[in-house]
Amino acid sequence: MAKKATVGKTFFNGLVTENPTFTLMLGMCPTLGVTTAAWNGIYMGLATTFVLVCSNLFISLLRKIIPDKVRIPCYIIVIASFVTMVDLFMQAFMPDMRAILGSYIPLIVVNCIIFARAESFAAKNGPHLALADGLGMGLGFTISITCLAAIREIIGSGKFFGMEILPGYEPMAIMTKVPGGFITLGIMMILVNAAKKAITRRRAARKEAAA
Amino acid sequence: MSTFFVILIGQILVNNYVMCQFYGICPFLGVSKKVDTATGMGLAVTFVITVASFVTWLLQQLLNMAGLQYLQTIVFILVIAVLVQVVETALKKLSPSLYQALGVYLPLITTNCVVLAVAQKNIDVGYGLLESTLCGCCSALGFTLALVLLAGIRERMEESEMPAWMQGFPGALIMSGLMAIAFMGFGGLI
Repeated sequence: MAKKATVGKTFFNGLVTENPTFTLMLGMCPTLGVTTAAWNGIYMGLATTFVLVCSNLFISLLRKIIPDKVRIPCYIIVIASFVTMVDLFMQAFMPDMRAILGSYIPLIVVNCIIFARAESFAAKNGPHLALADGLGMGLGFTISITCLAAIREIIGSGKFFGMEILPGYEPMAIMTKVPGGFITLGIMMILVNAAKKAITRRRAARKEAAA
Repeated sequence: MSTFFVILIGQILVNNYVMCQFYGICPFLGVSKKVDTATGMGLAVTFVITVASFVTWLLQQLLNMAGLQYLQTIVFILVIAVLVQVVETALKKLSPSLYQALGVYLPLITTNCVVLAVAQKNIDVGYGLLESTLCGCCSALGFTLALVLLAGIRERMEESEMPAWMQGFPGALIMSGLMAIAFMGFGGLI
């Protein structure tokens, strides 16, 4: 990262450049576990974003108070408190979605995205940057898992956000099961890598043309 | 006796946490490059999960008594973090060679979601103390099985000529998908 990190740059960094799913390979369990329908992806992503933003903000504010030796337990308590809040909120106001997402909501505690950002970003930067980083990473995560979920939903059950879009289509049930998740993510990763390579090549070509 | 057998087969093969339920994917993809490290990681995880299932079951009874069930997540994850720390310190003193071999992977066990998932499943299903511990141990063995299998396949993949775009994570993911199809064959066994 550049020395003078701005809020906008940090946000964009989380959203695209260092996208947690495709570049950092973090938080794989919810990425694969809940993405059988697009709505699940959105709700899971937003719940994770909320926890990520709040924990990043608090850890950044407390970074000078928390002693280095006990920082991991401190992070765990901060993160677990916010996860419990999200869990209780969902149980109260959207019990149907909570039932579908199941134990993946309490398991946000052990989502490595949140730990990794707390340790590598929030503990070293001011609150406004930490906030931008949390928001960018969280939305980047939401967008990528929603894409994955939408693809699996279309092929696996012939629906898009719960709406029937392919009448008379014989759903490929395996796509909504475990193997479908692994294989879809693998193929998406191949495409993302190819796109990245193409972009760097074009940039290099442009630089050469300018010089 | 038959309950125990159902837990054994169920947790290792039919409901394998990695291959059939998508838990613990991060260490599954991250530590599966070599069979040796995969085995070491699997054994360390097995130990932690077994002890964690035992301890969290006891703690849940305390929480139930005090009517503080909503603190479950916080209490469990703290217990697991402490337990991992204890295992690390104990291994350092008792068996430095094993500690050296596991090294970096030990602290990573805290963020392995199988540990927390098993602890919560035990409470949700309503297992007793003995069943919880056994369920924890078997789930962890299932995790180890999947991890070692994938590591074996990836070692072979390193030696063979793969197209450049398949190397690394994409290849590992597609391979896991194929393994998951194989594990689906165990469905309906119990």
